[in-house]
Amino acid sequence: MSSTANSNLILETRDLTLSIAGRAICKQLNLHIAPGQCVGILGQNGTGKTTLLHTLMQFRKADHGDILLEGKRLDEWSKKTLATQLGILFQSTQDIMPSTVLETALIGRHPHLADWQWEDVQDEQIARNALAAMGIADFAQREVNTLSGGERQRLAIATLLTQQPRLFLLDEPGNHLDIAYQVQSLNLLRKHVLEQQAGLCMATHDINLAARFCDQILLLLGDGEFVLGSCAQVLTQEHLSSAYACEIRRIELEGRAVFFPA
Amino acid sequence: MIQRQQIVLLVLLLALTLLGFLISFSSGSSQLGFREVIAQFLNPSPGLEQQILYELRIPRSIAAFVTGALLAMSGVIMQVLLRNPLADPYILGISGGAAVAALSAISLGLGGYWISYAAFFGALFSIVIVFGLARSSHNWSATRLLLTGIVVSAGWGAVINILLTTSANNSVYSMLFWLMGDLSVSRAGFVSILILVLGLLGMMYFARALNVLSRGDLQASALGVNVPRLKLILYFTASVLTACAVSIAGTIGFVGLVIPHMLRLLGARDHRVLIPASLLLGGNFLMIADSFARTVIAPQQLPVGVVTAVIGVPVFLLILRHTGKRIRE
Repeated sequence: MSSTANSNLILETRDLTLSIAGRAICKQLNLHIAPGQCVGILGQNGTGKTTLLHTLMQFRKADHGDILLEGKRLDEWSKKTLATQLGILFQSTQDIMPSTVLETALIGRHPHLADWQWEDVQDEQIARNALAAMGIADFAQREVNTLSGGERQRLAIATLLTQQPRLFLLDEPGNHLDIAYQVQSLNLLRKHVLEQQAGLCMATHDINLAARFCDQILLLLGDGEFVLGSCAQVLTQEHLSSAYACEIRRIELEGRAVFFPA
Repeated sequence: MIQRQQIVLLVLLLALTLLGFLISFSSGSSQLGFREVIAQFLNPSPGLEQQILYELRIPRSIAAFVTGALLAMSGVIMQVLLRNPLADPYILGISGGAAVAALSAISLGLGGYWISYAAFFGALFSIVIVFGLARSSHNWSATRLLLTGIVVSAGWGAVINILLTTSANNSVYSMLFWLMGDLSVSRAGFVSILILVLGLLGMMYFARALNVLSRGDLQASALGVNVPRLKLILYFTASVLTACAVSIAGTIGFVGLVIPHMLRLLGARDHRVLIPASLLLGGNFLMIADSFARTVIAPQQLPVGVVTAVIGVPVFLLILRHTGKRIRE
């Protein structure tokens, strides 16, 4: 790979080395996310999937290496402009203060608005469309604390859609969602990413979900080593079994790879 | 987008405030009622009535309004910062520090402005102590701050009790009034009004960021808010607002906790509405409470802090019950 910035890529990490509390997460990771691409991060519990996402969000510093968003180093972006390009779905959400569903989704417009500016009709339309896409448009005026866990997760995804970032980072997007909503939500995000030529990177413990929706897989092995490549290259019985320290089988079913513990 | 009901709420509060001022101007132990006050405004005539109105009543009403407004705004900020709906302006030990300083001034026989200055700097001193102690590796966690605040408050409480038990009888009486919150000798100077206005402008500037911050630090950071900087500004602002309120009228409880809550329950969750609404309702509430305080057992006066609790508790419980029902239905 050339050392000049490749502005065609949405995200590029260069020799990214990360550790947390003395434990290596990845060493010299060169991850590339091209427009329209989805990347899945897999790995055992505690291998640093969330930490890696948080580093991409600039919540924590890398030990070494650079992260480039659209060819520009993250620290060269202003915090606010960055938030119009880069958004994250957290593993869990906090709703301590009372708020309606629509108010919550509209939070996603924050980075797009200037100081003193209020959300206008257009912003509200964006939020309502996102709620509709996630099937919770009817709940717009409901209190968030009356929603079920799955409905909250869909609201969180709708809030992220309202933010309209170029790169979607998802931390366990399937949390609290039943199997139908998992597939439906990710289908929708996948379609959005393709249409908008955006990028997506999701950390998940669900190998089948990653296999179904991702073009590239980053499998963290827990000691700073990793396997990065296409689904076919990474999602093999050998790689997975050693990564999870558990015998994992792969079968082909209806043209799709399916994974399950032996 | 601002919703119509929120505009209605603000307009209603504004009208209520004007009415509140008139009621407050007309309350007191001397015979100067609503009609006489209106007459004085429309048709000023020099004399005792005018003197009472301009030298006693109006300054006291303004002091009550400013104090209530400061406390309510500070309450809003603290509740977001500590992510705790039960937070109030005094939760980080501000009132204890102010009380110890003010009571010391009283026991030294100092009066008037000295007590105010003492309270103001006592409050800031306490905040510095709490932040100094709660700090760990350039970071303050809400839990650490809360715990430190509670412990420091307990320490101040002990000092207050020492002062109360060792002081001369006549100063103990003023000390108790100060501790319960009292407006009988209060004046809101130019500085406190300026602090209120600057506080309002500053908080309105950050109001949308406050909406985001109330969803959690990480979410706010993900949406482009500079969280450490914002929190520092907020802690500073809330501390100055509270210190200023305490220096005017002692430690009046309840306003800072209950007013933001009432407004949230009434639908003002957006901080761009909640902050000005808190200012208006908080000021109003304290002004009305003070009108009661000086008329209920006139010519004697009650400490206003007693009245805020007596009015505030049932009103708050009613609203809570009512909205609880609506949500369940």
